[in-house]
Order: sequence, then structure tokens, then C-alpha cells
Amino acid sequence: MQDESLWYIFIDACLINNFVLAYFLGICPFLGVSGKLDTASKMGGAVTFVMLISSVCAYGIHLLLVWLNVPFLQLISYIVVIASTVQLVEMFIKKMSPALFRALGIFLPLITTNCAILGVALFQTNKGYGFLQCVVYALGAGAGFTLALVLIAGLREKLELAALPDVVKGTAMTLILAGLLSVMFMGFAGLGG
Amino acid sequence: MSTPGGHKNGIVEGIGGPPSTDVFIKALWRDNPVFVQVLGMCPVLAVSNTAMNALAMGLATAFVLLMSNILVSALRNFIPRQVRIASYILIIATFVTITDYAIQAISVDLHKSLGAFISLIVVNCLILSRAEAFAAKNTIGRSILDALGMGAGFTFALLCLGAVREVLGSGSLFGLRLFPDSFQEWIVMILPAGGFFTLAGLLLLINALQKRKKSTA
Repeated sequence: MQDESLWYIFIDACLINNFVLAYFLGICPFLGVSGKLDTASKMGGAVTFVMLISSVCAYGIHLLLVWLNVPFLQLISYIVVIASTVQLVEMFIKKMSPALFRALGIFLPLITTNCAILGVALFQTNKGYGFLQCVVYALGAGAGFTLALVLIAGLREKLELAALPDVVKGTAMTLILAGLLSVMFMGFAGLGG
Repeated sequence: MSTPGGHKNGIVEGIGGPPSTDVFIKALWRDNPVFVQVLGMCPVLAVSNTAMNALAMGLATAFVLLMSNILVSALRNFIPRQVRIASYILIIATFVTITDYAIQAISVDLHKSLGAFISLIVVNCLILSRAEAFAAKNTIGRSILDALGMGAGFTFALLCLGAVREVLGSGSLFGLRLFPDSFQEWIVMILPAGGFFTLAGLLLLINALQKRKKSTA
């Protein structure tokens, strides 16, 4: 839809259809990196950045593929772009801030297999967004991802202090929390048109 | 039954170390991708709102897993170490594209209800982790068995989740109504939150069972 306002696209990607809690994209880092508030917010920043760059690239590639009439190469070229963007970001961070590089550790290269990033590229193509809309959509999705990650990290830090039965410790508890958050985010559905 | 020479051709080639059926059972049950390794969660939660979707997604993933395991295993001596991840992703993306178009040809409705999640099989961590952790180090025969086991385990887990969510959320299974009309559907089960709750419940059940097994042993 070409006529959606940029503000609506942002709210839609960030809150109404939150990538983690409504589309279930990027669950792996959501479960893996959400132990500490600090790492969670940095991870959110890195993911948002990669999302933005790969979204812009995907927009260009889509135009090129349509022009060349080879739509079946879409998936392969998107994933290659994402992988190389992650590689670039990795080298950039390593050079500019070795401390941040060490803090993110293994999760940096793993951004490649974060489905939220490929999801942004695929959804924006399906929805037929223009250039500016793509940028806003990627920003909204990144903000939503960071928000969900930070929220769950905060909850998990509190849980460290609570007395839990052995059975629910670990992934199961995180999933229950995620379910509750997802119910809360359903409240934002009223914001949609 | 089989003579030592018989192992040299066909699927049974490469029986070394533990027997091959063990690879299959281990992948299917003890290392179940969803319940034990907690890998490939995104599609598990996203498309398990009905049993049919779950089954289709499980089979599609299993197919991609099988083909990529075969190819990665066959090419394991040719792919340079530095570019192996990129090569694996390209192999996986190729088969996902094939699957995507095949599902579109078989059933347009199914393709619509699975949506972008077919394309997103590319970034399913399960497939990449099997390519890296198993297929790259083992013979084709063992890789096939591993892929079959993992694929079956993944499909089984998806089906469990899909069945629970469909029975509670819509009062039916594979589209057949199970309960009288007076049954009040749990709408939350077919919403995203239901996916989180169901998976959490199943994990709790498995944790509890394992704990009991440990205390009796």
C-alpha cells in the first residue's frame, strides 16, 4: 500500500505487529541474549542497524530483479546481502570499538540467521513499500525488536531474585513471560486502522 | 544380513562408530531439535496455529534439511573453511526457493496461510546448525539419517504444538470438529500469545518428566 503514512508504518512495525511478539521473528536472540539488560540493548542497536542497511539494499535489489525479470533469485540475493552487511558491521565495530565487539561476542555473526532481518526485507517487498517507507519500516521493526528484548531482559533480571520451582527455570519461564508480554501488546491492536 | 561388502554401496555406506539407527533415534528423540535443543523456534511458534499448517511446515523444513544435509555432506571436502557458512546458506536458500515454488504449485491456499514463513526456512537455525555440526563432518549416509531424524523430530514437535493449539483454540483437529457447539473456544490459543504459552507448557511437562526419571533412577 503506497498511501500509508510514515508514522502509521512506524507504529505498525514497532507496536501493533511487533516482530518478536506478534510475528515470532527473531526468537533465538530473544531467548538467548535477553539475560542482561545491558547486552540486550546493545544487541537491539546492532540488529536495528543491520536491518536498516539490509532493508535499503533489499529495496534496490528488488528493483534490479524485477528489471531483469528473475524473481526466483530474490531469496538468495537477500540473504547474501544480509550476510555481507553483517560481515561489514562486524569489521567496522571491531575497528571502531573493540570493547563493544567483545561484549557482543558470538551474537554478532549470528545476526545473519536472525529471521527478523530477512523478515523485514521480505515483508517490505510483499507490501510494495517505496524507498522512504522501507527505511521507516526497518526503523520501526528495529525499535520494536529492541523494545521487546529490553522488556524481557528487565523481567528476567528481576526473576533472578525470585524463588522459582526447579521445573520452570530457564526457557520455559522466559516463554511464559513472552506470552504475557504478547497478550499486553495485543492491547496496541486498537491503534491500527 | 549384510556382508561387509554390502555396506560399500547405497545409503548404508559410512557406518562407522555407532550404528546408524542410533543416529536416527538420537536426532529424533534424545536431541529433539525443539524440545531439547530449542532451535528453530520462529516457525514453530508462528505457524502452529492449526495442525495442518504445522504438518506442512514440518515437512517443508524436513525436506530442506534432508537436501541441504546431503549436498553439504557431499561437498564437505571441496568447500574451503573460510567461506563454509556462506556456502551452506546459499545451498539452503536454493532448496528453500524450490520448496517455496513447489508448495505454491501444490496448494495456493496452503502457500497463503504459511505466508513468508516458507521463505524464512532459510534462516532456521536448525538447518544451518545441522549442516555445520553434523553434515560437514560425516558421510552422506549418516547425514541422511541425521536429517531424517531431526526432520521427524521437528515435525513431531510442531504437530504436538499445532494439535494442542487447534483443539483448544478452535475446537477441531485437522479441520474436523471435536466438541459440541456448546464448547467455548480459547481464542487466546490461536493468537500469538497462545504459541508461547503452549510451548512453555510442553517444555514444563518435559522438564517434569525428566526430573521424575532422574529421581527414580
